[in-house]
Amino acid sequence: MASRSATGGRIERARPRLHSARVPTALAVTGLTKRYGTTHALRGVDITVGEGELVGLLGPNGAGKSTLVKIACGLVRPSGGTAEVCGAPAGTEGARRALGYLAELFRFPGWASADELLVLHQKLAGSDGGAAERAELLELVGLSEARDRRIETMSKGMQQRLGIAQALVGRPALLLLDEPTSALDPAGRRTVRGLLEELRGRGIAVLLNTHLLSEVERVCDRVAIIDRGVLVAAGRPDELSRPGGVEVVTASGVQAFTAASREDVPAIVERLVHAGERVYEVRLVRSSLEDAYLAALEAPPAA
Amino acid sequence: MSDVLVVAAHALRESLRRRVFAVVVCLTLAFGALYAWGTDELFQDVNDFGPNQFGLDPRVLAGATILGLAMFGTLFLGVVLAVFLTLGAVRGDAERGLLQPLIVRPLGRRQYLAGRFLAAATVAAAYVLIVYAGAVVVTGVLGDWWPTQPVGAGVRLAAAVVVVAALALLGSIFLSANANGIAVLMVFGAGLLGGLLGSIGDALGSHTLQTIANTASWLLPFEALYRDALRVLVSEVPGVTGAIVQLGPLGGSHDAGPLLLPYTVLSLAAVGALAAFAFGRSDL
Repeated sequence: MASRSATGGRIERARPRLHSARVPTALAVTGLTKRYGTTHALRGVDITVGEGELVGLLGPNGAGKSTLVKIACGLVRPSGGTAEVCGAPAGTEGARRALGYLAELFRFPGWASADELLVLHQKLAGSDGGAAERAELLELVGLSEARDRRIETMSKGMQQRLGIAQALVGRPALLLLDEPTSALDPAGRRTVRGLLEELRGRGIAVLLNTHLLSEVERVCDRVAIIDRGVLVAAGRPDELSRPGGVEVVTASGVQAFTAASREDVPAIVERLVHAGERVYEVRLVRSSLEDAYLAALEAPPAA
Repeated sequence: MSDVLVVAAHALRESLRRRVFAVVVCLTLAFGALYAWGTDELFQDVNDFGPNQFGLDPRVLAGATILGLAMFGTLFLGVVLAVFLTLGAVRGDAERGLLQPLIVRPLGRRQYLAGRFLAAATVAAAYVLIVYAGAVVVTGVLGDWWPTQPVGAGVRLAAAVVVVAALALLGSIFLSANANGIAVLMVFGAGLLGGLLGSIGDALGSHTLQTIANTASWLLPFEALYRDALRVLVSEVPGVTGAIVQLGPLGGSHDAGPLLLPYTVLSLAAVGALAAFAFGRSDL
């Protein structure tokens, strides 16, 4: 967990770990490192994703998020540390059987229809779900009408939703989604958000790699923030956000009491009224996940 | 094994739906029509030749030469097909984002490579055999000249394009699609050049040129297979005619010995092992 100084505002890097002790582990990453030549993409990251948990992975471009996801699904070999999917080392057949993956930069054969693509992945995943599974998945992502439509005629957003359906073929225990909403419009993002919540309800663990903090804040159980290959902050979204004082709207404008808390509100209002102010509204301010994210990235590295 | 077949079927379906095969069939029909026209004209001219004092058989000379040329054309078309079916199989598809969704499935990387090789090798070899058989029939029907061992030559020609398909698949692990396509076609050209140097070396008695040609043949067995196919085609032509047709077109015939086919199988296995090792260690 990240810790804040007593003066508030800054998050100091204290080698956080994102562990879920309460549920069986779908993904367990321990001391994961990856070097590309002299570049360190990951420097000892620890993350776990529990069964049915939805964990958001945040960080700036080049932080190592996609590398972590690629190691988890066996596309990239780690330089050190371990990554296990449902108890099987990442990259092994057992691990690949347990996961579904949507890459950040993916493409499906444009000549195939949505249904043909799912048939291919059913064969490769060894799924015996047949037409019923395909129909269910297409309905889940709102593409039932596009069942026989060629992929090259679909919009990027439709292809992204099809990608999620493809990742769900074979009922994986863990879903690794790398920027799954990057090409979606607000309505499409809402669809995916609802989908993620439904997946959580079905007990599917999800590691969601995204830049959209609002998505993470709304749907994720826990959040991990990575910067330059290091896990700099982790925890529940409400743990990472912090009280930001009290704002009072009066006839003379908005007055901010940054050090105040909920308990201070009656006294503040009483003082203002006593001073002749007309009070219209009182707001408790909490820092957003965005504030926590930026603070985590600005914090100095742990000693 | 079923995963290999799934990947092979997917690759073949992609070629069908992308109309690769339609283009190939159209161009091959054009090639066949031109070959039939040329062969017909050639044998009409040859039939006007009278008896000659050197004991040369003009009909056999014309038939063996033009069928040898057709074999080169068939090999070239088969190689182009094999290269285009494999040139972007790994790095190219990974750069386009097509490979990753497949590779994260329980399907192993070796099975993926095997499936792509199976598809390319089957299509290219079948294509070469069909076009070669067509050329043999056209030559026989229009010129009344039939090679004595047509099957042996065809098998060697088909094996040559299978070797090129394996090399292109290996190259696709290290190179992007464009670079790999250029590299494999240049290697193919270099192999043929080696064969040509060998023929010149034989004619001049130059050991250096013969060594270069032999080295090229063992490093790039498709070249040795092509020249051995030419040898098989004309091996039983007697006399002066036989001596001339063995010079053959574009490199000439060459007896690579009985170890060529086993060596080809071994070299394919070595290329496959190297490809599996390299692909297994590559980050995507």
